Amino acid sequence: MLATLVIELTKVLVVLIGVLNLAAILTWMERKQSAVMQDRIGANRASIFGFRLFGLFQVLADGLKMFTKEDFVPETAHRFIHTMAPFLAAFFALIGFAVIPFGNVVTLFGREINLQIIDLNVGVLFIFAAMSLGIYGVVLAGWSSNNNYAFLGGMRGSSQMFSYEITIGAAILGVLMIFESMSLQDIVRGQGQLLWGFLPKWGFVVQPIGCILFLVAGIAETKRVPFDLPEGESEIIGYFVEYSSMKFGLFMLTDFVETVLIAALVTTLFFGGWQVPYLYQNGFSFPGGMTVEISQFWVALFQVLSYGIKVFFFCWLLLLIRWTLPRFRYDQLMRLGWQMIFPLSILNLLVTGAVILLLQ
Amino acid sequence: MERRELTFVERFYLVEVFKGLWLTGRHFFLNLSKHVKTQLGLHTLEKGAVTFQYPEERRPFSPRYRSRHRLTQREDGSPRCVACMMCETACPARCIYIVAGEHPDPNVEKYPIRFDIDLGVCIFCGFCVEACPEDAIRMDTGIVEIAAYSRKEMIYHIEDLLQ
Repeated sequence: MLATLVIELTKVLVVLIGVLNLAAILTWMERKQSAVMQDRIGANRASIFGFRLFGLFQVLADGLKMFTKEDFVPETAHRFIHTMAPFLAAFFALIGFAVIPFGNVVTLFGREINLQIIDLNVGVLFIFAAMSLGIYGVVLAGWSSNNNYAFLGGMRGSSQMFSYEITIGAAILGVLMIFESMSLQDIVRGQGQLLWGFLPKWGFVVQPIGCILFLVAGIAETKRVPFDLPEGESEIIGYFVEYSSMKFGLFMLTDFVETVLIAALVTTLFFGGWQVPYLYQNGFSFPGGMTVEISQFWVALFQVLSYGIKVFFFCWLLLLIRWTLPRFRYDQLMRLGWQMIFPLSILNLLVTGAVILLLQ
Repeated sequence: MERRELTFVERFYLVEVFKGLWLTGRHFFLNLSKHVKTQLGLHTLEKGAVTFQYPEERRPFSPRYRSRHRLTQREDGSPRCVACMMCETACPARCIYIVAGEHPDPNVEKYPIRFDIDLGVCIFCGFCVEACPEDAIRMDTGIVEIAAYSRKEMIYHIEDLLQ
């Protein structure tokens, strides 16, 4: 009993600390990556005892600054909801990680440990629910501030997130139909099979359109640049205009946590999760008939590493997209969402269904 | 302005997105490899960024660049200026103030007792340099960090300008 508790708590801590640290590092990566892309150098002055470490201390400096700023609540704002909103936003962004598997079941000290906080058989629905509830943070922040600009930002945010939530659902449905499960661990296991004996049956291979649609809708969901109308950092300033101090910091962190969440979801659903191509329980087994035997421990390590690298790659890709594309206009955003991406995802669903029916 | 009709591929947007990502991604990897090479000390000529890390590293100025003024000196260290007031007359911002005095050397008529330039008013047009018949004032110091806590400190006197 106690051992189970310790194991579960360890998993929760590993995921929570991992995600929060990755989100914090993403703030540094965003600065550095955008700088390198634009032939600049980026933040490199923050130092401790003269050590600069490529500006990594900037993250600490930012955090310190956020914590020491005045925590201001407007007089006419609804105090309780105003304080509540950033916590809601961050909570619902973080809770999604509970069902994302970061490794296979490993045997450690005679115990079977599932490298996933909780293996829900409705894991996909759980993530949908968490992502939908994330809208509350945005809407409540806009509403409770009692500021017209914040209110408009909140409204824009909610309508944008509603529109793209539907596409996310429809884009994932194809994957659910192919792997016939809603548990993310089962979906990842299903992606370990091979197509025609050599091609890994990753979601991207069987659902390329679904993958791209999911990525587009996911970026819209994170409310970052090509779709950053609710925030509009550079001019209108959206729903968090009345926030300061760490409450604002929490909203900013939520953006990055959502980026990590989308990266983790893309990895899990479309790029094989923790799967390494041709790696099975007892080692590599290449399609040519060559096999390399490696121990259980290394297999588990490779799988967790592969998951980490894939998530990191997609974080990088999302940042690349964020620093490449200009923002959509609001009518373009809605047209893209409702007239292009949504019908395409439905079409994708129909085609997938027809193909599955034909193959049976 | 004449607007070109977008082709189908361009309106489809996805291809153009990938083109854009390819461009920025190429910049990212090229610059990153240059940064890494510089860090390892392999490739010091090609820099991965156009940035000048200002206080340590200064952007080279053009030789014609007009920076803070200086008064040139004779061989004995006294100012070359003969207080002819040409620069004061030419100055469109009227930031130069000269008080002339009689020079002990009979070959030189006058010398400046005071020569003040209010850099808070100066527009750095360089007319004073062009007007000077004696090559006594130049704007070639390369000093651009002219800042002070008060307007009074922005007025540079003859002893500051002679250095």
